[in-house]
Amino acid sequence: MEKDTLQQTLPLDDMLIGQYRQYKDLISKNDTPHVRQLRQNAFKKFEKERFPTSNDEQWRHTDVEALTGDSYINELQPPDSEKNIEEMFRCDVHNFDTESYSMLNGWHSGNGESLKTLPEGIVIGSIRAAMGAYPEIFEKHYGQIAESEGNGFIQINTAMMQDGVFIWVPDGVKSAKTLQIIKIINKEEQLFVQSRNLIVLGKNSELSLMHCDDSVDQHASLVNTVTEIFVDEAAHLEMYKLQNLNDQSALINSTFVRQLANSTIKTNTLTFNCGLIRNNIHVRLDGQGSHADVLGLYLMDKEQHIDNQIRIDHNVANCTSNELFKGILDEAASAVFNGYIYVARDAQKTNAYQNNNNILLTPTATINTMPFLEIYADDVKCSHGATVGQLDQEAMFYIRSRGISAANARLLLMYAFAADIINQISIEPLRQRIDDMVKKRLRGELSVCEKCVLHCGAPEKEYHFDIDLSQL
Amino acid sequence: MLLNIKNLTVAIEGKEIIKNLNFQVNKGEVHAIMGPNGTGKSTLAAAITGREGYEITGGEIWFKDKNIVDMDADERANLGIFLSFQYPVEIPGVSMTNFMRTAINAQREYRNLPPMSAAEFLKQMEEKKKLVDIHSKLTNRSVNEGFSGGEKKKNEIFQMALLDPTLAILDETDSGLDIDALRTVANGVNALRSDENAFVIITHYQRLLEYIVPDFVHVMYDGKIVKSGNKNLALELEEKGYEWLKEHTLA
Repeated sequence: MEKDTLQQTLPLDDMLIGQYRQYKDLISKNDTPHVRQLRQNAFKKFEKERFPTSNDEQWRHTDVEALTGDSYINELQPPDSEKNIEEMFRCDVHNFDTESYSMLNGWHSGNGESLKTLPEGIVIGSIRAAMGAYPEIFEKHYGQIAESEGNGFIQINTAMMQDGVFIWVPDGVKSAKTLQIIKIINKEEQLFVQSRNLIVLGKNSELSLMHCDDSVDQHASLVNTVTEIFVDEAAHLEMYKLQNLNDQSALINSTFVRQLANSTIKTNTLTFNCGLIRNNIHVRLDGQGSHADVLGLYLMDKEQHIDNQIRIDHNVANCTSNELFKGILDEAASAVFNGYIYVARDAQKTNAYQNNNNILLTPTATINTMPFLEIYADDVKCSHGATVGQLDQEAMFYIRSRGISAANARLLLMYAFAADIINQISIEPLRQRIDDMVKKRLRGELSVCEKCVLHCGAPEKEYHFDIDLSQL
Repeated sequence: MLLNIKNLTVAIEGKEIIKNLNFQVNKGEVHAIMGPNGTGKSTLAAAITGREGYEITGGEIWFKDKNIVDMDADERANLGIFLSFQYPVEIPGVSMTNFMRTAINAQREYRNLPPMSAAEFLKQMEEKKKLVDIHSKLTNRSVNEGFSGGEKKKNEIFQMALLDPTLAILDETDSGLDIDALRTVANGVNALRSDENAFVIITHYQRLLEYIVPDFVHVMYDGKIVKSGNKNLALELEEKGYEWLKEHTLA
């Protein structure tokens, strides 16, 4: 196939539409009829609606045209080269034994099989392979909750998705190790990468998941990821998203979660670096007694932009949710936070809490924070709060009056601000490593480096700080 | 001479608060500064410790033979100046332990000393806690967060004990303290008194001076020290009130 015929001059949407028309059969080669149908429907919508623009209310504060107006390469077939991702990239977090699954430029990578069953019974692998291997699970959940109405990124993902991660945790199964999905972008050309993930947790199951988006060079890319997560009754999901891409990269990340009765989730989105990030997280509490913790931390500088759009739907009674996003913005960084809580008419006894706190270190850093509550039930507790501030000057003087330098006093206060989120990471080795990363990031020493986001520097090398913030 | 303030003038937002003030402290001395509200006592403390926003428009502050007027607050602290805050600041997320260990090691680094070992630090903490009768659980919390008024003031003295300054300025440490806490704080200060250090105690009332007996008492009024004497001056002030002072100085 001639990969490069259409990409050079056209804007992204025209290029993709042309590519879809020309290579429809290739794109749907492995499809079940269900998937093929979804593709066709999504493509029709996309042809009409195209990508959103900043005229759309939902995208008002994010310069999406700058991304979609550019030209990219979109690969429709796995690359020929047998680049071994596990050789170019190893992720060893000390004392943290993970089961990892790697993807390079959006494609399953590595020597392993494309679909495997772990000893405890969890199935993990390429979504391409899972379509055929687990058609029942696939048909039941795939495309069910990724709402594509008015969102061209989701439409085009559904229409043209080629690879991604599939995880199935059968009823009663608990993950023995944290599963780690490592997505690396490494390409000379400006890539458009789509990835589609489907994660299904059966009744009473448990999954601990870490999802790392990294780039390993300084080339530009646009990544469009859609993840659907289904959490059945009394299941528990813990998910950490780590985002550390270069300043030329953009990441559009849409996560949809559906929870049934008495299930619990905790998601923690940790953004360390990226040119532009849009995180859409949409949680539906569809079963009574379910609970969602949706947390996030963003540390941005230069001209980076982060846009967190969080929506939590309380569709039934007796559910609770807790949303906390904190951000530190330096230089000319900008951020958007939109926290939307929806409480349906019969969702009595809902308890929903939302908070967004920001520190702006410079007059040129900006934040637009917008809480939005839509409540149709009468017996509910909902609260929201948003703060935007600078570092507390009284506290600065207090700390400095004890002999601590201005730079370290600043670091101490920023770290204390971020610690709220870090302390909620319940996997201790991961918490420690993220803690180190946050310190490095706040000191401006974290780079998008040649190694995994969790593995900057030599293995097991202790990173030394002027300030010993470790617990005694 | 440990501290020598010469013809000091301090302004806040262009308004002169301290006017041509002179003040000297030697090692081994305890000075009390008294006076009504708004006469510049806390401004003097801020000027000595290097708080931003306090503009020194005239004069000099010499400490250990260095003019410290242009030094940052942290450097002054490293030279050995300590301020017990009138309103100690709450710092959520920073534990007392880490805060103090960071401060001690910053000061040690300034003096070209190696960092204090964890074991030695813990030993020091235990010792100094006893000095001010501070609960162990308080040092595991964030700095001043959720502390009562009395606990906050004890915590200031606890920090002072750990940092072992040459010059300690206590800015209304007695305000808001009940008699037991006042006694505890005073006992802490007395235990730390030596020939090698000095204290400046800013207070409205004579009460604290019953427990920490000063060598000198100064009265501030309208940005100047208008009267100095020994501990009996505090008693006289208590008896006759600040109105007496006004008449006395205006006369």
